[in-house]
Amino acid sequence: MSRILNLRDALNEGMKEEMRRDESVFLMGEEVAEYNGAYKVSKGMLDEFGPKRVIDTPIAELGFAGIGVGAAMNGLRPIVEFMTWNFAVLAFDQIVNNAAKTLSQSAGEFGCPIVFRGPSGAAGQLAQQHSQTFESWMANVPGLKVISCIDPKDTKGLLKSAIRDDDPICFMESEQFYGYKGEVPEEEYLTPIGKAAIRREGTDVTIVSYNKMILVAMDAAEQLQKEGISAEVIDLRTIRPLDHEAIVESVKKTNRLVVVDESWPYGGVSSEIAYEIQKYAFDYLDAPVTRVNSADVSLGYAPTFVEEYLPNPTKVIRAVKAVMYR
Amino acid sequence: MAEVLEKKKKVTKKAPAKAKAKYSKKQYLDWFTIMYRIRKFEEKTLYAYSKQKIRGFCHVYIGQEAIAAGLTSGITKDDKVVTAYRQHGIALSRGLDSNSCMAELYGKSTGCVKGKGGSMHFFSKEHNYFGGNGIVGAQIPIGTGIAFAEQYRGSKNLCVTMFGDGAARQGALYESFNMAMTWKIPVLYIVENNKYAMGTSVERTSNVHELYKIGSAFDMPSEPVDGMDPEAVHEALEKAAKHIRSGKGPYFLEINTYRYKGHSVSDPSKYRTKDELNEYKEKDPIVVIVNKMIDGKIATQKEIDKIKTEIDNEIEAAMKFADESDYPLGSELYDDNYVQKDYPFITD
Repeated sequence: MSRILNLRDALNEGMKEEMRRDESVFLMGEEVAEYNGAYKVSKGMLDEFGPKRVIDTPIAELGFAGIGVGAAMNGLRPIVEFMTWNFAVLAFDQIVNNAAKTLSQSAGEFGCPIVFRGPSGAAGQLAQQHSQTFESWMANVPGLKVISCIDPKDTKGLLKSAIRDDDPICFMESEQFYGYKGEVPEEEYLTPIGKAAIRREGTDVTIVSYNKMILVAMDAAEQLQKEGISAEVIDLRTIRPLDHEAIVESVKKTNRLVVVDESWPYGGVSSEIAYEIQKYAFDYLDAPVTRVNSADVSLGYAPTFVEEYLPNPTKVIRAVKAVMYR
Repeated sequence: MAEVLEKKKKVTKKAPAKAKAKYSKKQYLDWFTIMYRIRKFEEKTLYAYSKQKIRGFCHVYIGQEAIAAGLTSGITKDDKVVTAYRQHGIALSRGLDSNSCMAELYGKSTGCVKGKGGSMHFFSKEHNYFGGNGIVGAQIPIGTGIAFAEQYRGSKNLCVTMFGDGAARQGALYESFNMAMTWKIPVLYIVENNKYAMGTSVERTSNVHELYKIGSAFDMPSEPVDGMDPEAVHEALEKAAKHIRSGKGPYFLEINTYRYKGHSVSDPSKYRTKDELNEYKEKDPIVVIVNKMIDGKIATQKEIDKIKTEIDNEIEAAMKFADESDYPLGSELYDDNYVQKDYPFITD
């Protein structure tokens, strides 16, 4: 049995189920308790679990991320919520220098089973500091796993897997899509980390994307269908480790690849995928791998800037036609 | 000459040897043993470094041994400890053995973290030793979190979170102090004030020179401690630990000490005078405790010499052990990056 849930409530259910299952799981972050979450993702959790396990922090990202790391090293399983990943930049020392490296520098003596979660990506006219994506940044760091997804069913299952995972995980959601609806099973399930999902089967071109850009890719694919172009759409769901097999298999079938990636182009997710494909599907490619990223600039406030900056179906269709030589 | 004598007098006046023994013979001998072990270990570390057996950044603990000694008695073995990168002495005081520590400095697979950490990163779960952190001040929130987990589980343990005077200027300290006091986390913060953040004196880093006063902004009980005397460190730790275990939250000790050597092996210490160094050497915690044991008839020279010989041999053996151990295989680099055993690393 399933019902329709939005992303916000799916995440909420995922956390609640894991907190009921395991006493060592707790949630901390700004406004997560009494305010019920800046985006209401933690609604009702203080009531159910009390202030010991649902903890409002002061605005001190470095400090509470570090407290999470220490607690994880000492046997707990913290969920640390950042109001947005933009603010997590203040905590990067703890994520990159400690969470990611504790297991290695202690040669396995101490692990760091922690989930850092919050929204990533542009969310309207929020200007330069509130519009960034962090998948590429965090995926560059060995020791971390990075998940970025908006499908309510998969995101819930991935969050539950992340909370149970023994490695530190950066979990990226979307401010604009907390209300995004989808079917979510009522019964318990887990979604595996490191596996992509085929959202739409096709034969002419593969479009790879993740997080909210998957909707841009799907929109483009529907429009392309009307023009007789059959696009396969792959949702990465996990950014690190990357399911490159799924992409390679699809490209072997379609011989063409467009990556739709909200992160900046330089050294990002799209470049990594392009490398993998030229290495492992070189003989199958009928056109250069093409990517549609956010513009290589800081995002300005005006609506015209947002339009210019982000990938959209028009840009994706243009890219697909380029690789189809049409 | 007259000036030097005058200075010596002043020093003696400042730190008079306590005439009467407050603690058991075993306690004094234990303090002496750990301090002498650390001193010898570090002297041999410097020697091995000069022979290029040890590489990388290397910060020795010579001069600060009384703090490690106080740690052996002022808290329990179940308490947790985390510190910065000047950490060989703290690790030894938690009970890590000389062999595994020396082998780690040599980068050998028999090291306490299998050659993964080196001088800055020793760890041992068995000894409740949470490292060896190489980012100045990063261990302050981590130690707060380690203590948070103890509170969460309802244990009576605390976490001693140690850092240097340089780290006292990091924002992480202020964020941690604030949350620790708000949530009454069982954490004992210790700043080992050795007067210099690398080459920058405490006076040059802030308007506030007495670091314990930082605690007052958070209403955190805070006090200065003589870090050249294991008795004083022990007593301060005991008092602070009692306060913390009663559920009243954190405590902050500024333990005043001095490092005899440079910040790291490559630092010639041009920012301080020989006189200043000699002034502290007059208060050397090992000399002071030996004099105290002899003068107070707590132990005989013979007993002390026997311990010295044992430790000299132990450290020599540790160097031999480290030297003869194998380096880890290059391929072991891939171990322990993820708990997940079949993690698909990118290898091309």
